[in-house]
Amino acid sequence: MSDRNDELNEKAAASGATGEAPAEAGGKTASDADAEREAKRQAAAEARAARASAKAAEAGEAAGGAPAERPARAPRQAAGADEPAAPKEPSPLQPRLEAAAALVRELVNADAIVEAYVNELGTHVPTLVVKPEHLRQTAELFKTHSTLRCNYLRNVSGVDYETYLETVYHLANIETGDQYTIKARADRSDAVLDSVTPVWETANWNEREIYDLLGIRFNGHPDLRRIMMPDDWVGYPLRKDYEPLDPEV
Amino acid sequence: MGSLLSSPMTWEHALAVFLWGVVLMLIVLGFVTYAIYFERKVIGWMQFRIGPNRVGPLGLLQSVADILKLLLKEDTIPRKADRMLFVLAPVLAFVPSFTVLAVIPYTQKLYFADLNVGLLYYVALSGISTLAIVLGGWASNNKYALLGGMRSAAQMISYEVPLVISVTGVVMLSGTLNLRGIVDSQSGGWFWDWNFIPQIVGFAVFVVAAVSELNRTPFDLPEAESELVAGYHVEYSGFRFAFFMLTEYVYVYAIAGLTTTLFLGGWHAPAPFLDFVPGIVWFALKFTFIVFFLFWLRATMPRIRVDQLMGLGWKVLLPLSLANVFITAACIELFQR
Amino acid sequence: MGVIRTEELLLNVGPQHPSTHGVFRIIVKLDGEVITEAIPVMGYLHRGTEKLAESLNFTQIIPYTDRMDYVSAMTNNYVLCHAVEKMMGLEVPKRAEFLRLIVMELQRVASHLVWWGTYLLDIGAMSPFLYAFKERETIVQLFNELCGARLTYNYMRVGGVKWDAPPGWLDKVREFVPYMEKKLAEYDKLVSGNEIFLARIRGVGRYDAQTAIDYGLSGANLRCTGVKRDLRRCEPYSLYDRFEFDIPVGTNGDCYDRYLLRLEEIKQSLGILRQALEQFPEGGETMGKAPRVIRPPAGEIYVGIESPRGEIGCHIVSKGKAEPYRLKFRRPSFVNLQILPKLLVGETMTNLITILGGIDIVVGEVDC
Repeated sequence: MSDRNDELNEKAAASGATGEAPAEAGGKTASDADAEREAKRQAAAEARAARASAKAAEAGEAAGGAPAERPARAPRQAAGADEPAAPKEPSPLQPRLEAAAALVRELVNADAIVEAYVNELGTHVPTLVVKPEHLRQTAELFKTHSTLRCNYLRNVSGVDYETYLETVYHLANIETGDQYTIKARADRSDAVLDSVTPVWETANWNEREIYDLLGIRFNGHPDLRRIMMPDDWVGYPLRKDYEPLDPEV
Repeated sequence: MGSLLSSPMTWEHALAVFLWGVVLMLIVLGFVTYAIYFERKVIGWMQFRIGPNRVGPLGLLQSVADILKLLLKEDTIPRKADRMLFVLAPVLAFVPSFTVLAVIPYTQKLYFADLNVGLLYYVALSGISTLAIVLGGWASNNKYALLGGMRSAAQMISYEVPLVISVTGVVMLSGTLNLRGIVDSQSGGWFWDWNFIPQIVGFAVFVVAAVSELNRTPFDLPEAESELVAGYHVEYSGFRFAFFMLTEYVYVYAIAGLTTTLFLGGWHAPAPFLDFVPGIVWFALKFTFIVFFLFWLRATMPRIRVDQLMGLGWKVLLPLSLANVFITAACIELFQR
Repeated sequence: MGVIRTEELLLNVGPQHPSTHGVFRIIVKLDGEVITEAIPVMGYLHRGTEKLAESLNFTQIIPYTDRMDYVSAMTNNYVLCHAVEKMMGLEVPKRAEFLRLIVMELQRVASHLVWWGTYLLDIGAMSPFLYAFKERETIVQLFNELCGARLTYNYMRVGGVKWDAPPGWLDKVREFVPYMEKKLAEYDKLVSGNEIFLARIRGVGRYDAQTAIDYGLSGANLRCTGVKRDLRRCEPYSLYDRFEFDIPVGTNGDCYDRYLLRLEEIKQSLGILRQALEQFPEGGETMGKAPRVIRPPAGEIYVGIESPRGEIGCHIVSKGKAEPYRLKFRRPSFVNLQILPKLLVGETMTNLITILGGIDIVVGEVDC
């Protein structure tokens, strides 16, 4: 128990130290006000440590070895361990997702789909992640097939996940109001995807923007050149590893 | 004035004529200054705002300040502009505008030149300013100016034709091209003797064509602010720009004077019992009303498009004015024999 | 004597030009007065909002949204707050939601007034510009009283709104609504029957519903072709599903229809305002139970709402942190502007201004 106490004190001291370091850095240019703040922070850290150790002492006595600094979690974990979690209910749009996925597998390619799920955050939207070589055909399928008929492309976004780049297409069917999302992934080193501009003209400038800011080249785009940045800009600003020209930015 | 003009020319008489010319020029310059001020005020009032009211009492010195500013500005000539033409254009625009003022009669006794072909003189000289606008547009070496100059040439040439033909009816009724004679033929005491009622179609065509000749809204394409960024005078600044503005307002003066003379009875009172008011006052009132009408149009109407302008000029105004000529001729045949 | 050669004229409309509604450039190839090709060039107002958002937490991004479509900043605020609230499942208290709705509809009226005034100014009529701004001044003063700013409000927060309506504010709005309805009828009578105006606008910039859907147009640009799509009806957000309002739809797909539609939209907005003011709750919180640090759960969401220009959308990819991993705005002006090169071929320079004004763009939004 005493070593637990020491642990806590160390932790408190560590957090206190990290709390202090920025204060010091700020304090180099400041005055008494900062010194006061430092003193207060130290006092607070010490009080925290004292409280925690007191609690640890209590809980340690009561539960005997259970992780004391997080007493709140114990009941939850216990509950989780006791009964199996209730299975999550499938989304009401799951059948629509299945139908769409089945169509893609049937009419485009059997293994065109990498992942298919319903994005349940907020609204429920069936989302398909397709392989890049089948993107164009999938797009055409979504636009022309009689059950899907997604003739309205709402938005095209590019996202830079650090290991790959992804484009997200948000589709809508104007008559019924159905929404779908298609995604496609590209390598970072040689980012090339098929353009869907021949399918939905909306994608024209959106893809130019993605090319400009993220560096994904689109095959079949009628006019792929930079749109926001000046024409002679080097680099793709929205990428996570972009080094701005001006280091102070 | 008539006596002055008909007596032999001596040095004293020449000096007198010259001084009268200077007086007219000062009056016209005063008019221009205060027309600009009143335009801004009147349009401001129509738009729920007060026009200029800071410079001088009630803002009366605003135009003076503006003109002073223009005179003090740097005289810039674009590098690749055609220098001689660039310098010539404003001058060429202004000179005819001032010379046409000679034929406008103000009262029975107060007039400057009594040409037998006064009307023709006016129309002929006002066409020279069109040349100047095209020159200004070309010499500026600026595509916007060129577009403005081209548009202006097309517009002014197209609208001169209905302008002249619409006046032919008046000439036929009065039997003379002499402007004093035309005013005399409208003397009858009452306002329905003035030419605008018997020649109502001619009057309408004349007003439309006159607004177009003045390059004012709704026909202000050559200087369409929102499209061509000031069109043909975009590269002009300082005093040269002041010349173009001066030209426009002197033409406003000339057209207003011409309209009053041709259609609104000149210096005649609208009713015989109002005869005690001197003729010059009536002339000034009618003149002021026409100028106000031009300002009113500017505040209200949007701008017409260039192809619609051409269509209006050739397909509507020209046939109307021709029809007017024929009907006037027929009426003269039938009712005056 | 050689053959006289005629050349195509290459004209730059902008970036400084009185009628391009901002810093926006169109390279136009002219044959006389007829346009053979038009190439829009944008990016003069690109400020890197999306990149900046990746290092700011959501409350800090709200002022940036104001500056995208600065003419209708409230709807921009709303789209971001709404997206985050949806991701987190936050509930917004009644009073806050009513305030948001009132403010958004007032903003719609103000934005359409700006559009009306500047459109007519481009066409050549000087006076409606001043009338429109006079009415807008009342609205902007109301906003000033409410949140301290006239143009970039920074008013909404995730979970509610920042400031409550000061005492007497709602009464002022209640006075404004019938006044504006009367004035709207007056201005309509002044302009909409004018011969010259009709000749300038009718039949200009026409396209059909198929083209509009293909190009992803939204707002009045889509509805003028007959497609009845208004996100306040199709994907109701805020409290729109409890108010009655019409969705005006055009038939011809030309500039005149868009003009009439936007005027009708002002009228409908005033109707919604009237209903909202009647149903306004007496007391209530202005801020819901939002955590101190806004951390949406990991995942992504796309939400679109109806701004005066069209569908403004917000695509957030979150990794569970306080800052978004990727924040992308679907800006209506950006997407609506794509149809411009197609519409301009074969038109005259004058019609360029008419068509560009009819699309109703704000360059801050085009460039983001």
